[in-house]
Amino acid sequence: MSKLMNWKELPPCDTLAAKTAEAFETGDWRMGEKPVWHPEICIHCMICWISCPDSSVTVKDGKMTGFDYKHCKGCGICAKECPTKPNKAITMEKE
Amino acid sequence: MITVAKTGNEAMAEAMRQINPDVVAAYPITPATEIVMIFAKYVADGLVDTEYIPVESEHSAMSACVGAASAGARVMTGTSSQGLALMYEILPIASALRLPIIMCEVNRAISGPINIHCDHSDTMAARDFGWIQIFSENTQEAYDNLLQAVRIAEDKRVMLPIMVTTDGFIISHGMEKLEMIEDPIVKEYIGEKKPEYSLLDIEKPTTVGALDLTDYYFEHKMPVIEAMKNAKDVILEVGKDFEKKFGRQYGFYEKYKLDDAEFAVVVLGSASGTAKVAIDQLRASGVKAGMLKIRVFRPFPAEEIAKELTGKKAIAVMDRSDSFNTCGGPVFTEIRSALFDSQNKPSITNFVYGLGGRDINVEQIKNIFESIRNVGKVPVVNYIGVRQ
Repeated sequence: MSKLMNWKELPPCDTLAAKTAEAFETGDWRMGEKPVWHPEICIHCMICWISCPDSSVTVKDGKMTGFDYKHCKGCGICAKECPTKPNKAITMEKE
Repeated sequence: MITVAKTGNEAMAEAMRQINPDVVAAYPITPATEIVMIFAKYVADGLVDTEYIPVESEHSAMSACVGAASAGARVMTGTSSQGLALMYEILPIASALRLPIIMCEVNRAISGPINIHCDHSDTMAARDFGWIQIFSENTQEAYDNLLQAVRIAEDKRVMLPIMVTTDGFIISHGMEKLEMIEDPIVKEYIGEKKPEYSLLDIEKPTTVGALDLTDYYFEHKMPVIEAMKNAKDVILEVGKDFEKKFGRQYGFYEKYKLDDAEFAVVVLGSASGTAKVAIDQLRASGVKAGMLKIRVFRPFPAEEIAKELTGKKAIAVMDRSDSFNTCGGPVFTEIRSALFDSQNKPSITNFVYGLGGRDINVEQIKNIFESIRNVGKVPVVNYIGVRQ
């Protein structure tokens, strides 16, 4: 853990820089299952990306590139919403 | 200066018009209703540029004030009693976020029993929330204090919310002579607000009011404590500057025939006017009576008050609310604590008076002086004006 600031080192007025959660691992309590991406099936529809409550679907140039497991909580919404048939491009698998 | 006749509420509404805040969020409550009602008319008539938010409760009013102030706006509101109580949850958030929100607070008894008249129980219950608290004796002080409040609260060394209080009905609805400063001079006097941060600043995005647990909560309270200490310097500076510009003197307190007094009362708000008459009468009959009228209750000018009161024979602290602690009202406990380190302590007695708007008159204040002249003969805490 980084060194704790004393009160004189704090940013003014109980403010913080924005987007600090990016640097903080919030996915460390994910239990049981994690989403696994199958790129050969994926049609890059972005339904998983827009459905993810934790912005954990990583995307580059409009194409899905996988998951950010540092922040993914394993809720399974992406796998549930994935529309490809007969096989899904995202499946939940044991950790 | 423009000489007019105004009630306390009208004077505060006029000051608000001259301050021309960016946002006002308020909910009506007796006896403060008029302040925001008159101001709402100014908004409707286009006399100010204010965004007026008519909210559904005082809880919402203070929440909207916090949001607007976080966005960098100069924000004002007005309330009283139960309305202030409904704001309590948000008040310490405003100070923790260092938002210089300015409130017109009309002192009114807290229910129950339900009552609409003056005592200080509402404001006193809000004394430990990191708000600066300034009391006014009359309409003129309410107006002057409100103008100074902008400068005090928004000073970079302070950045704390502030409430300027008047006494319900006695000041709020009592018409008096008021010396108003011309609009452009007020505009120049208060200046432009330069916020420390703004939620709307997309160049410098910030997270505001994040969760603090055992690791940072304590550290985040320290700057508020420090800002309160700074506020003492700033209040005096702003007072001196106000006196230089407009001729009326303001400090932490007003001394009335105090320097050579042997016996003194400590009073806040409108009752100090009554005390002045009582003191004049006592002086005429040879009693060395005096008064210290506290203007600034938060931050509490303990050292300064101790210097003024040390060496007196006896002090009566008049409290217009009770702490239900069985050992004296909130002003009394502060004053007694302030005098603890003094070498030549006076005897100190507490007189709780005027709850729920019960009248306090010259005769009663003279009786208080009579009581403390018989040092040791009266209890430490006394209740005057109550049938018993």
